[in-house]
Amino acid sequence: MMDGIHDLGGVQGFGRVQHSANSQSYKPVFHEDWEHLGYSLLFLGAGELGLFNVDELRHAIERMEPRQYLTSSYYDRIIVGVASLFVEKGAITRQRLEELAAGAYPLALPLGTGRAARPPATPFQIGERVRVCDEHVDGHVRMPGYVRGKYGTVVHRTTHEWPFPDTVGHGLPSGSEPTYHVLFTTQELWGDAADAGTVVVDLFGSYLLKA
Amino acid sequence: MNDHSNTARATASNRAVALKNALKERELVPEGYIEKFTEIMENDFDPANGARVVARAWVDPQYRQLLLSDGTAACAQFGYTGVQGEYIIALENTPTLQNVIVCTLCSCTAWPVLGLPPDWYKSFEYRARVVRESRTVLREMGLDLPDEVEIRVWDTSAETRYMVLPMRPSGTEDWTEAQLATLVTKDVLIGIARPQSPTLSPRGNQ
Repeated sequence: MMDGIHDLGGVQGFGRVQHSANSQSYKPVFHEDWEHLGYSLLFLGAGELGLFNVDELRHAIERMEPRQYLTSSYYDRIIVGVASLFVEKGAITRQRLEELAAGAYPLALPLGTGRAARPPATPFQIGERVRVCDEHVDGHVRMPGYVRGKYGTVVHRTTHEWPFPDTVGHGLPSGSEPTYHVLFTTQELWGDAADAGTVVVDLFGSYLLKA
Repeated sequence: MNDHSNTARATASNRAVALKNALKERELVPEGYIEKFTEIMENDFDPANGARVVARAWVDPQYRQLLLSDGTAACAQFGYTGVQGEYIIALENTPTLQNVIVCTLCSCTAWPVLGLPPDWYKSFEYRARVVRESRTVLREMGLDLPDEVEIRVWDTSAETRYMVLPMRPSGTEDWTEAQLATLVTKDVLIGIARPQSPTLSPRGNQ
């Protein structure tokens, strides 16, 4: 959803990133012995069983209660999202999860309605100026709030196409469309309250208008 | 929390294992599935793969051209394909441009060439700040770039997966492809670091 707690780009108040360049070897890949279950059970459900897709998983995580989202680790959020989907699809029950975990098992809040794609009538071209739709969306969306209503320049149109997240993230069928890499200046996004620089966001045509 | 019961929330570990066991008792987990996928995540998805791609691009101009025009095909030449690597774009650094990758909405990453996302990349601090304060964040993490270098941050908000193609350090003219690959780390491939300039000549290492 838009305006959700997960939409962190540009949110102020966070401190230093706890990492120095090249200070870690990144092994072991998983730090705790349950963490691998997040991704492996995700791909069990999304790939092997075909019960849901990765957009639905992203949206399930976004539907976590905000305080739960902020205080859960990355792999814990994946587990909550995957568990929520398996329960919502009827494969298992929350009651059984709570019995097996011997404690409360909070899941994502209920799913709302999705929306259909509105791809541009003519594809945007490289170098074309575009404006991101100035809109507020209830369901799943992959347009970060910080580009809402902003002007940018198309630098790439993908040769691959994907289903529209705002539709498939709600478990509904969707046609596919390319995405556009749109270049924004930080001045356009945040005025003077940002470091000078540029940001490129990968946006579905349905989020864009001719400038 | 959205918890109607009076009992305390089970630990993350207990909830993860409970999910696995709930699926197992419904016979939804094929024998060996979790183990096989975990093995792929721990070993096959490796930043050393991206390093090999970069080193090849440094020594082979034709391959470099392919990498920049069709990153997916260039990575596929090494067999680096699959989940989270369906559409790969290589971002070329120049003397006046440093590319940096983030995913502000979750933590999407090109798994086959970069490996799974590291902890710092998934942190709220990095996701919130790097798009807005790129120069400050990079400086804090140890990469202090002069003002004439533009910092361009790529937000992985859809299905394109990115890798950074860094500049080849000077002093490596007679290095082999395998030696060059050792200069390219996960942090270099994400764009928060540059390859270290060599302090020893490769002959000195042999």
